[in-house]
Amino acid sequence: MPTFVYMTRCDGCGHCVDICPSDIMHIDPTYRRAYNIEPDMCWECYSCVKACPQNAIDARGYADFAPLGHSVRVRREEEKGTISWRIKFRDGTEKNFVSPITTKPWGEGIPELKDVTGPNRDMRDSQLLYSEPKYIRMDEGGLHTLESAGLKMKQGVYY
Amino acid sequence: MAHKTIVEDDIDVLVVGGGLGGTGAAWEARFWGQDKKIVIAEKANIDRSGAVAQGLYAINCYMGTRWGENNPEDHVRYARIDLMGMVREDLLFDMARHVDSTVHQFEDWGLPIMRNSKTGSYLREGRWQIMIHGESYKPIVAEAAKKSADKVFNRICVTHLLMDDAKDNRVAGAVGFNVRTGDYHVFKSKTVVVAAGGASNIFKPRSVGEGAGRVWYAPWSSGSAYGLLINAGAKMTQMENRIVLARFKDGYGPVGAYFLHLKTYTQNGLGEEYESKWFPELQKMVGKEYLDPEVSHRTHRPIPTCLRNHALISEVNAGRGPIHMVTMHAFQDPHLEEVGWENFLGMTVGQAVLWAATDVDPKNENPELTTSEPYVMGSHATGAGGWASGPEDVSPPEYFWGYNRMMTVEGLFGAGDAVGGTPHAFSSGSFTEGRLAAKAACKYIDDGKAKGIRVSDRQIEERKDEIFAPMDRYKVYRNEIVAGTVSPSYIHPKQGLDRLQKLMDEYCGGVTVNYMTNEKLLNICLKKLKIMEEDLDKLAAKDLHELLRAWELRHRHRTAECVTHHTLFRKETRWPGYYYRGDAMKLDDENWHVLTVSRRDPRTGEYTMEKAPCYHLVDQNEEKAPAAAE
Repeated sequence: MPTFVYMTRCDGCGHCVDICPSDIMHIDPTYRRAYNIEPDMCWECYSCVKACPQNAIDARGYADFAPLGHSVRVRREEEKGTISWRIKFRDGTEKNFVSPITTKPWGEGIPELKDVTGPNRDMRDSQLLYSEPKYIRMDEGGLHTLESAGLKMKQGVYY
Repeated sequence: MAHKTIVEDDIDVLVVGGGLGGTGAAWEARFWGQDKKIVIAEKANIDRSGAVAQGLYAINCYMGTRWGENNPEDHVRYARIDLMGMVREDLLFDMARHVDSTVHQFEDWGLPIMRNSKTGSYLREGRWQIMIHGESYKPIVAEAAKKSADKVFNRICVTHLLMDDAKDNRVAGAVGFNVRTGDYHVFKSKTVVVAAGGASNIFKPRSVGEGAGRVWYAPWSSGSAYGLLINAGAKMTQMENRIVLARFKDGYGPVGAYFLHLKTYTQNGLGEEYESKWFPELQKMVGKEYLDPEVSHRTHRPIPTCLRNHALISEVNAGRGPIHMVTMHAFQDPHLEEVGWENFLGMTVGQAVLWAATDVDPKNENPELTTSEPYVMGSHATGAGGWASGPEDVSPPEYFWGYNRMMTVEGLFGAGDAVGGTPHAFSSGSFTEGRLAAKAACKYIDDGKAKGIRVSDRQIEERKDEIFAPMDRYKVYRNEIVAGTVSPSYIHPKQGLDRLQKLMDEYCGGVTVNYMTNEKLLNICLKKLKIMEEDLDKLAAKDLHELLRAWELRHRHRTAECVTHHTLFRKETRWPGYYYRGDAMKLDDENWHVLTVSRRDPRTGEYTMEKAPCYHLVDQNEEKAPAAAE
């Protein structure tokens, strides 16, 4: 299902153009509305569908294997932290799904690393990354090494 | 069109590609370089770019050491078995010992990770996989990267790395163009982390029209990780190790959760189990060490992905297709049915669309499986990529040259698909590799290794002319013809892509030849690729979007050339089910238990091939590898 845009719903705001990972949502110069310029480079990732404030973008299954008469609609609500899907089969069957998209207010759980205490010499010379070892394991042990695991690297055929 | 030149100077860490590897690099770089200038150049919009743009329903690489589930070395053995021995175990061990900290951070950042209500640990899909509600996985990690980076340049197609004119074989930044404004962008940087993508669309896809967009790996994964590295003269490894995926037919929807969590299984068109009957013959090809169904049955040692592909391909060729995924039992359970559907909606919406369009409800009908066209990448069950240094406390001398994840070009680092020999990193492992590369890049600068870099105006101007040449060509020759796309003086990027896919398919082991190739075919392939390169100098772009496609094609072409050289070099069939060397149908440990390493001389275009030793993790006291992963 490459995407397509409904003429009467699109207001040409360009959110889809801004987000499309494949650079295929463009504004038509005559109609001043968005359209998919290259359907065979569309992954159906739904990034544009989710970003459209007018719900003007939909997808129609790829013509070389998907018959007409179906739809998969989505509403992504960042404030609520959910995504809702409605699948309509060709024969009319409907299925609905709702999933969480985040557990925290947007961006608030992510620290500014320029403001945290920086690494000291020992940390720089160690193999540790930021926030380690506390995020790796619960016991007293540090980062795994060949020594701590009782291993060595050896050339040859081993399985 | 006049193309303004915009120079971003004095960058310390330039991250090329803002996918999972790139966001990890940018995020971590800020900790180790709190006063350093960190810049991201991204081809699309970092909020939805890379392979995780549409989300993920699972994190496929998580040890769970915190819960006593696995140790890093267990994962190394798993990857070794799955890749028929051909992996960089130092890099894998290093990634695996850090990856849990990455995942725990993701949870802190708001990524919904499902929990096992009994144990409190993460809900396992399989031994290495945990289940997530990952629709916003990419926006969440993008948020982290944006907090750390000084600047994020979206819509910049990076075409080349800049090289130091003062010191040989040292990187100096990158150049590219803005696909919207047409501006020429120059990034002068002390270090570069290449975190660009692997390659879809190199081999002819099974689909014939619009469906070509529904490739397994994202269509925007244009092999830029490899194009950039190879053109800079960096050594590459395991590029022959392309991957073929057994997936739901046409939509290429993922099967991991189906096999592991929903406990669905496959059968042939007659409703029979088919895999095991191909194993005796296959065992003769690869050896008992690599395929021992009895041991696998007893210890849960995995059967390598490629060998399971082989059984599927062979069964279809024997006339007993189609292969079905038996979903009808599992889907009677409403919870499992929900998991099955949300799995697609979370990461491959197109498969849900296809089933809706064709009235396939897996509760009432078992869907078809097929094997895909080959892909070249380094983070799934395959390990193509750059030849990178490992960490000093793990790597043997042949694998270590000063800085973790640094390529054979000084100051040039890699993460994700860019790093070779590190399969099964997936999203979390790629992010982790980015973090490792960023720390090493900061250390490289702090050690004074980036002093005295000089980039001549000539280098910058020459690249500019080269980048925009396809637009100039179009302008000059467009009026030679009345209308249309057929010109004697140029080809469009799409026409070039068609040619690349056709020749790679037919000569390098694509889907229409059942993944078969041989020395003769590969030599023809190289010849055709060489001639094609002459035509790539005659690419025409009518607008900036086509210019983007032109440069993607050039990166894909360079990747394909390297893949072909490697495939020719390795005279054995190491991964039946991924591809076959018809002239050497057996696995040959005596001669080929080695990693393949190539270098293309940027001046002459000639490739040099070498064998690098393959080290394995073994018990300190014994000369034997520890018991295989269960």
